[in-house]
Amino acid sequence: MAGLLKKIFLADLFQGLWVTFRNQDPKLIYTERYPEERPKVAERYRGAPRLNINPDNGETLCIACNLCALACPETLIVVTSERNEETKRKELTTFTYDTSRCMFCGLCEDACPVDALELTQDFEMATYTREGQIWDRQTLEEGPRPTQYKC
Amino acid sequence: MADTTFLDSTELVLNMGPQHPSTHGVLRVILKLDGEKVLGTECIIGYLHRGVEKIAENRTYAQFNPYVDRMDYVAAISNGLGYCLAVEKLLNVEVPARAQAIRVILTELNRIASHLLWLGTHALDIGAITPVFYCLREREEALKIFEKYCGARLTTHAFRIGGLLYETYDGFEQEIIDFCKMFLPHVDEYEELLTNNRIWVGRLKDVGILSGDECKEFGVTGPVLRAAGVKWDLRKAQPYSGYEKYDFEIPTRTNGDTYDRYIVRMEEMRQSVRIMEQAVAAIPEGPIMGKVGKVIKPPVGEAYVSIEAPKGELGYYAVSDGSTQPYRVRVRPPSFVNLQALDRMIRGGLVADVVAVIGTLDIVLGEIDR
Repeated sequence: MAGLLKKIFLADLFQGLWVTFRNQDPKLIYTERYPEERPKVAERYRGAPRLNINPDNGETLCIACNLCALACPETLIVVTSERNEETKRKELTTFTYDTSRCMFCGLCEDACPVDALELTQDFEMATYTREGQIWDRQTLEEGPRPTQYKC
Repeated sequence: MADTTFLDSTELVLNMGPQHPSTHGVLRVILKLDGEKVLGTECIIGYLHRGVEKIAENRTYAQFNPYVDRMDYVAAISNGLGYCLAVEKLLNVEVPARAQAIRVILTELNRIASHLLWLGTHALDIGAITPVFYCLREREEALKIFEKYCGARLTTHAFRIGGLLYETYDGFEQEIIDFCKMFLPHVDEYEELLTNNRIWVGRLKDVGILSGDECKEFGVTGPVLRAAGVKWDLRKAQPYSGYEKYDFEIPTRTNGDTYDRYIVRMEEMRQSVRIMEQAVAAIPEGPIMGKVGKVIKPPVGEAYVSIEAPKGELGYYAVSDGSTQPYRVRVRPPSFVNLQALDRMIRGGLVADVVAVIGTLDIVLGEIDR
């Protein structure tokens, strides 16, 4: 009998509608206005790569050990170096990082013995060209240079 | 054609997919129809094939780890756990207790996230639009925890062979406890929306029935098997990663229809919360990385490890030839095996039920095609 009455008075539908009504509270609305409101990504977020430089003298921290290139599953890092005859040490010449093939697994970051290569919290990496996705040493050190438009 | 009248029945072959939104990816189902009735189906897969198993042969053990996240991308952490356990078995490495507990917490959280996405999209397929918003809202909280823990939301690469790379962040335990507290009332809320709803019950009851014996014949695992009344859960049957320490139940139902599978998955989410609460209350102190060298070089041998992923039994079979790269890695994905039961479940049903049955199998095409 109770079941029949529930069926006639659409109890199941009103039960569901009550849930949607409860959730109408404006405090529960989750809208991020993305370009104006910057999302705060986590501290450990693996985003755009960066090659750190020593803030004191502006020299790169990279010792050109090539460990990141070996650790990378996609072999997208190419490191070249040359031997400095005065100090008898290897010095970094070029460093290319193909972000179009990168899957941001963070293995290169783990492999780096001097914390030179780092995946940062920067997540906007879109470019207009494929070539723009291949980052050279300057881009890695200074960050990408997005095209500036006058408005 | 001139001789046919409207009384004649002709068989119609209809392609569903690969772009159909209800096939959850790029599955193509060829339906043989007699009016609204389904006479037979054939699944065409392979649209998302990337050759992951072959890639494994050209990568070192550690390098292959991020690729397994990309198979079942909804439950990436479960995939990572399965692979890491398989290589650890090859290496014969003991994982520290602290790492095991954190692994269990994250895997169960991933199970909840996977089931929430399933519930939302399944309800959306059936025609209930509201649950997907609520499900994704709660899933967001779980993904935020993943992001804070390992730096990525979906393809997490959270575990490393031998243990963990990342120590928990400050407030990790509290966030898990808060999530558990927040989440349980929300499960009741989804049930309020769906369980008694007459449209939901009408669309799901007695649709796509698969009995327990048929499940065993096909090798179907996971919630589909448990909804058919078979009490089989690898977390209980062959405990791994310290699951024997936690107290939880295996939810089962008897009918094996789509509605029962829904009930089983809802109950599984509650059980996952139970496991997480127990695990987070007793995270042991200690190291998080086992004794694994910088270069992973397992001895010659082979290992098979299967875990209970959100979708069923997920197996990893790794063969080592003594070098730094695996000789062969074979994946036994749950979705791939479960999909084979589709024809048996839908034959004789209606076209509209095809969508419901594909949804209830909870397939992920990244895992099927690999």
